[in-house]
Amino acid sequence: MATKLKSYNGTGGTPEPLFLTTTEIEREESMRVLDKRPKVSRRGFLGGSGVTLVAMSILPSGVIMGADSAWAMTAKALKPESFATLVQMSRDIYPHDRLNDSYYAKAVAAFDSQAEESEDSKKMLEDGVAALDAAAMKAHGVTYGQVGWEAERVALLQAIESDGFFQSIRGGLVTGIYNNPDVWPLFGYEGASADQGGYIERGFDDIDWLEA
Amino acid sequence: MATFDLNDDSVVVVIGSGAGGGTVGAELAIKGVKTVILEAGKRHETEDFINDEWGSFGQLAWTDKRTTSGDWRVARDFSGLPAWIVKSVGGSTTHWAGASLRFQEHEWKAQTNYGDVEGASLLDWPIDAEEMAPWYAKAEDRMGVTRTNGIPGLPGNNNFKVMKAGADKLGYKECHTGRMAINSEPRDDRSACLQIGFCFQGCKSAAKWSTLVAEIPKGEETGNLEVRPESHVLKIEHDDSGKVTGVVYADKDGNQQLQKARVVCVAGNSIESPRLLLNSASSMFPDGLANSSGQVGRNYMRHMTGSVYAIFDKPVHMYRGTTMAGIIQDESRHDPSRGFVGGYELETLSLGLPFMAAFLNPGAWGREFTSAMDAFDRMAGMWIVGEDMPQADNRVTLHGSEKDQYGLPVPNVHFDDHPNDIAMRNHAYKQGRALYDAVGAVETYPTPPYPSTHNLGTNRMSAKATDGVVNKWGQTHDVKNLFISDGSQFTTGAAENPTLTIVSLALRQADHIASQMSKGDL
Repeated sequence: MATKLKSYNGTGGTPEPLFLTTTEIEREESMRVLDKRPKVSRRGFLGGSGVTLVAMSILPSGVIMGADSAWAMTAKALKPESFATLVQMSRDIYPHDRLNDSYYAKAVAAFDSQAEESEDSKKMLEDGVAALDAAAMKAHGVTYGQVGWEAERVALLQAIESDGFFQSIRGGLVTGIYNNPDVWPLFGYEGASADQGGYIERGFDDIDWLEA
Repeated sequence: MATFDLNDDSVVVVIGSGAGGGTVGAELAIKGVKTVILEAGKRHETEDFINDEWGSFGQLAWTDKRTTSGDWRVARDFSGLPAWIVKSVGGSTTHWAGASLRFQEHEWKAQTNYGDVEGASLLDWPIDAEEMAPWYAKAEDRMGVTRTNGIPGLPGNNNFKVMKAGADKLGYKECHTGRMAINSEPRDDRSACLQIGFCFQGCKSAAKWSTLVAEIPKGEETGNLEVRPESHVLKIEHDDSGKVTGVVYADKDGNQQLQKARVVCVAGNSIESPRLLLNSASSMFPDGLANSSGQVGRNYMRHMTGSVYAIFDKPVHMYRGTTMAGIIQDESRHDPSRGFVGGYELETLSLGLPFMAAFLNPGAWGREFTSAMDAFDRMAGMWIVGEDMPQADNRVTLHGSEKDQYGLPVPNVHFDDHPNDIAMRNHAYKQGRALYDAVGAVETYPTPPYPSTHNLGTNRMSAKATDGVVNKWGQTHDVKNLFISDGSQFTTGAAENPTLTIVSLALRQADHIASQMSKGDL
């Protein structure tokens, strides 16, 4: 059932076909739901003897590597240790167990780019990390990234949550995490739909569990 | 498409191309009146719109510098963004969701029907339901409103079905898929709704009415209308007799131009319209143009709003299909036994993942927040929109030191919730949560107001010149050939989404201006 759909382009003249055809989809009995499982292909890295944080390592080369070896990044402006600490801090601010650290690292890469462009940003980030590490050392005798329990790290963050450093990280993560199209399928969000003919043939009204 | 000379002083100049300006400009052109619409934003057509929340926000939103004050939470969460409105041809009709509801009869006379409410500056409109009935009918036909003119309602999406199930359990009687200016079948050379979602991001199928796709093209076809985008009006000029003579605007290169005018209609939405009058102060009008009453900028209303989102143990996918897919009207009545005057509507709403992160509970972090986000595909949502109380000190003023890109004072938007607004919001939160609980919600979230989409009242309509800025035609009390054509002329806000009323008033105003011009009175 390919439907020809017309759209008026708003500038006068003949309506142009906007969507030539919609994808032919058999109506299913049940709701069209999404598989939210991650589909990241894991690749191995040679183990190194770098500094180990809770969920990642910093290799002697300065490369920051995920504990599950699924990702690796190099800091452009920030110290590798600071980059890694920000990754951990980001996960603690918006913890999603189904997101591996690579998504948080990608968000932190945006902060690293700001640090590359602006000395003020770089100082704010490095100073913020240093203060967080100092607070962790005082409370637990280790740096922030080495504090073992999320609740203990969260307590350290709550102590600074009204500070400019915390607020700029948290604010940046709202887009850094949730506006990354790669995470959308993991939350069951399908993104753009006009290019697929909308949802009229793709389950806009297919809810199947409400009582009559 | 017409082009008019800057020195042509026979044209009507309309400032803004949204629901008010786009409609009054197009309707004047259809009536044979030469009209220039000056729009601050660019012209983005249907094919340019983006199915991406932040991408579209960057394309369409009015993000010029503004400041905020007052106890409303928007001032804390979004201090530089009091309003979520549009700078683009079509104005906020590119962004609106399409709900097209008439005011209820009692809402035209709020002062009479609600009595004295402490701290509120309630006033009766100088017009009523009977006066407006034919104009509403004309607007509904023009906009193709569903459930009017024999147009069928839209089909309900998953989000609506959850709302409807809850409404039935609570015993609500008036729950349906709304009166929407979205085509449920092809009409007016525009297609039927494809349930794309992204109604807020500019409709990609043009099924949703906007001045961009519906009114402006019709005006342009007459040869009497020129729409001049990237023309940001800075000041309205007048002569020694106190009549306006033209407007100064910054063109796309930032150069100042003077467009002469026979009549000027201001329709820049309820923050920019009073700001422009205030920025147009002169020795003859020292407190701002048309401000002998001192009411310009006062009585700023933004509707009592809030949202309720709920998560369930099974999928909903609320974002599939129209954003505002259904309505409950049972609470829109005036019934002071609930603890407040006026009423509210409950309307489904959905946000995509990026905007849900920004708006669900701004500033929140940690596992309570992320557990809600983790349930995004199992979430249903509704928006609350109700009548808020006008207050004289809720107002748009010129900032004392902050300047915009043209060197003019930026607007400050001050808003304090009235106790009636708070009582109504709490009632609505309770009802919304009860509704979702009745369908088996595992958690519900009382979400605070977003930056204002319904900005109203800052040049209000009044019978007496001392009580407001414009008369019953939207004509300023002080300057005969100066009109206000947007929602800033609202005397009170009513419970309903304002666009249908703005369009109806604009059609009526165009008829009045054209008739006054032909009589030689303008």
